[in-house]
Amino acid sequence: MSSEPILTVRELKKYFKTTRGTVKAVDDVSFSVMENENFGLVGESGSGKSTVGHVIMGMYAPTAGKITFTGQDISQGVGRRPKELKKRIQIVFQDPASSLNPRRTIRQILELPLRVHGLVSDGDYQKKVLEMMDLVELPHEYAERYPGELGGGEKQAVAIGRALATGPSFIVLDEPTSALDVSIQAKIINMLMKFQKEFSLSYLFITHNLSLMRNVAQRVGIMYLGKIVELAETSEFFKNPLHPYTKMLLSAVPVITPEEEALKPEKVRSTGEIAGALNVPPGCSFHPRCPFVMDICSKVVPPFSEHKTGHKIEHQVACHLYPVT
Amino acid sequence: MPEQLLEVKDLYVNYRVYEGLLKVLNGVSLSVDTREKVGIIGESGCGKTTAMKAMMRILAANAIVAGGAASYRGANLLQLAQQELTRLRRTSISMIFQDPTAALNPVFKIGEQLTDIVRHSGTSGKSLTDQEVKARAVEVLKSAALPEPARIMDSYPFQLSGGMRQRVCIAMSLVSARDLLIADEPGTSLDVTIEDQIMRLLKQIVEERGLSVILISHAIGAVKGFVTKLYVMYAGTIMEEAPTEELFSNPAHPYAQRLLAAVPKLTGGGIPEGISGRIPSYLSPPEGCRFVTRCPNAMEQCWSHRPPMFQIANGHRAACFLYGVS
Amino acid sequence: MKTVASRPFLDYKKKWYKFSRNYLSVAGLVVVGVVAFLAIFAFYVAPYPEHVEFYVNYSDALLSPSWVHILGTDQFGRDVLSRVFFGFRYSLMMAVVVLSLVVPPGVILGLVAGYYRGGRVDSVIMRTADIFLAVPPLVLALSICSVLTPSVFNAMMAVSLMWWPWYTRLVYSISSSLRNEAFVQAAEIAGASPFHIAFREILPNCLGPILTKMTLDAGWVILIGASLSFVGLGAQPPTPDLGTMVSDGAKLLPDQWWVSMFPAMTIVLIILGFNLLGDGIRDMFAAESV
Repeated sequence: MSSEPILTVRELKKYFKTTRGTVKAVDDVSFSVMENENFGLVGESGSGKSTVGHVIMGMYAPTAGKITFTGQDISQGVGRRPKELKKRIQIVFQDPASSLNPRRTIRQILELPLRVHGLVSDGDYQKKVLEMMDLVELPHEYAERYPGELGGGEKQAVAIGRALATGPSFIVLDEPTSALDVSIQAKIINMLMKFQKEFSLSYLFITHNLSLMRNVAQRVGIMYLGKIVELAETSEFFKNPLHPYTKMLLSAVPVITPEEEALKPEKVRSTGEIAGALNVPPGCSFHPRCPFVMDICSKVVPPFSEHKTGHKIEHQVACHLYPVT
Repeated sequence: MPEQLLEVKDLYVNYRVYEGLLKVLNGVSLSVDTREKVGIIGESGCGKTTAMKAMMRILAANAIVAGGAASYRGANLLQLAQQELTRLRRTSISMIFQDPTAALNPVFKIGEQLTDIVRHSGTSGKSLTDQEVKARAVEVLKSAALPEPARIMDSYPFQLSGGMRQRVCIAMSLVSARDLLIADEPGTSLDVTIEDQIMRLLKQIVEERGLSVILISHAIGAVKGFVTKLYVMYAGTIMEEAPTEELFSNPAHPYAQRLLAAVPKLTGGGIPEGISGRIPSYLSPPEGCRFVTRCPNAMEQCWSHRPPMFQIANGHRAACFLYGVS
Repeated sequence: MKTVASRPFLDYKKKWYKFSRNYLSVAGLVVVGVVAFLAIFAFYVAPYPEHVEFYVNYSDALLSPSWVHILGTDQFGRDVLSRVFFGFRYSLMMAVVVLSLVVPPGVILGLVAGYYRGGRVDSVIMRTADIFLAVPPLVLALSICSVLTPSVFNAMMAVSLMWWPWYTRLVYSISSSLRNEAFVQAAEIAGASPFHIAFREILPNCLGPILTKMTLDAGWVILIGASLSFVGLGAQPPTPDLGTMVSDGAKLLPDQWWVSMFPAMTIVLIILGFNLLGDGIRDMFAAESV
């Protein structure tokens, strides 16, 4: 993992105006993804993690803030991005059933990015598609089938193949295995890890599954209601979780072995509902559910502070329990 | 003194489709005692929901029950007369579904749906006054830990959050569940912190009322801490049956072993290996053990003979030739 | 590297299976098939093809149904059965012409409006459609026809003019809901052009409802056409249109009931046939669930 950031997000905001008010889906988010890194973004519904991914992809233009990709400013919607750029950033969606057109064959789906970018000369489409299928370990006879005839893992393999078709350097993985059974999940994750090494990819790995995150990401950011509340290197994060929401998340993770149970901070049991993004509570958005809530929490938004541990490991948290020194 | 409440024996269910006959359930047998909490783990497509629907007699039109029995307090659910079945549904057994949004009618208020259920529950057939119905509805909402029951009665499902909708569904099931509650992946569509709350609530309710539970899930971690006996299901067959602790510490069937190994651990340890291959086609499933195409320990006989459940330890059985000969 | 045989999108055998499970749909298919056959081969099948145009034979007038004239004769001595067969021609022609005129533009407008959902294009297209939809169909057709010279052609134009918005609405609702589906976003991210997305990603998903609606509409168009002819604004005598036949024969009720009743019954039969067929087509495209 090099020390050069391939993607930087600075003070990103994305607000949606609806008839019932303004939804602050992403509210001042900043982070960087290094080259060849797997950066994990964790959160529950309403946290804005998927929106961050979508804004990076250009599916929405940001309301405010800047996104930089290999030094280039890409803070525009996909309509205005240069075609060249679209080849280098790709996305794998969560639900393979809806990310593949049910009325198109696998071959047609895989050919689309090739055709759009003219990556292959006319006679070679068939060959290239079969190569792509080999890469994601799908049998050739699937080429003329429809997504409905494939299993969940196989569909997701097609989605990954499609994402890799244009030779990208950065892929947003939006909950790539959440819709899959656990036995298939491992296969897909292993495939993704292999490709990361083989093609020197950088990943933004969005998920709500902390156990998975533990094993794939180098750095993790936790999001709650549009803000990042804690960001740290993975090992540090699981050894020493700071933010009360992080502790609540960890307590709720369903685990099997007694060693994992021991790792969980027992004290913070989950309470309350996740507030809708329409009525974000003032001050720290987590304060209505926080067992350690203080007076200041309902008034002032806690700033992101660098938490100094003995060794030089990155660990930032936005909580009044850990005031900026 | 626990006695047997439900016993499903050798249940076979097929679906008729264009391509032929999908032989989904392949002789499923399980049992639940009074006050016992039983879990069924299996991945998608393994037939666990089909088995429950067969018991509750809510299978799709193209489903055929090809054999077996489900005896509930001595009566065979599969052959019960409609009137008796309705009575059981109103007073004894209840089901919570996976997606609370789909389980609630979006164009009726919660109050209307709930009072409908309350009005038609009850054993004696005496009708309750509107007051009584409303009071019972509020009471049941309260026992599902829902704040402001009156406001909820007056709301439409879309006005509530996912967790609240699931709690409403739990409340609805409490009206008629006196003995058995079937929960089909109750937390799957919810966020993990909300799922945690729901499962704790469910546990509390079940303990208080002395209900028996069948909990279905594909997430292994979710059932731990809730059920005392686990069934592992694969491709329409029960592969292993064991007390919870025993299954987690000592899984016997190759499928159960690999399934447990495939879950990423919070403590690290890298990405586990998955199970290669996919579930066999129900149109032409293997003659013998249905896991044979993906089993690392497959032997000659596994292809042609179906392994019966062999005893491994007390209360622990597995359908695998590694543990016995037929 | 083996080349794989291409599976057609319309997997005929499976579609037939889904269709034929309901025997009523098959009955509808048979009815429509028979009507179409009779219409196309009217010249050869009708016992008295010469009765269709100018023909007068008062000695044979108003004969009740018999083996010689299976559905009887009308006041001019013309064989009702033959005229009914030729009447099918006009009815089916109306359905075919109107739908051919209406479906392509209606669908395209719906796709475009759905793709640019929320923008000016959407508003312009859909509000225009709304204006046409706001007028009761028959009233619109009647007003147009009464302004122009009554004829089959003008009747078809009038019906077409008020029919297109239904397709726009139908396709718009599917198109705008699919617009935000992941596979459309995936295509956009890959850089596909709007044309590709509208016609090659979204349109295939609309085909089922479109075909179903077309089938059901065939029945409706025929009915509206017959209604226009009934009031004299469509086909003119002596053209054997089913509607004109009903209105001509109405004066002869109830004594010479066959002159009016048989054409009326065939109208009912045709519409019923198309409705049942439409149900079957809908089943054909229905998603499966196990």
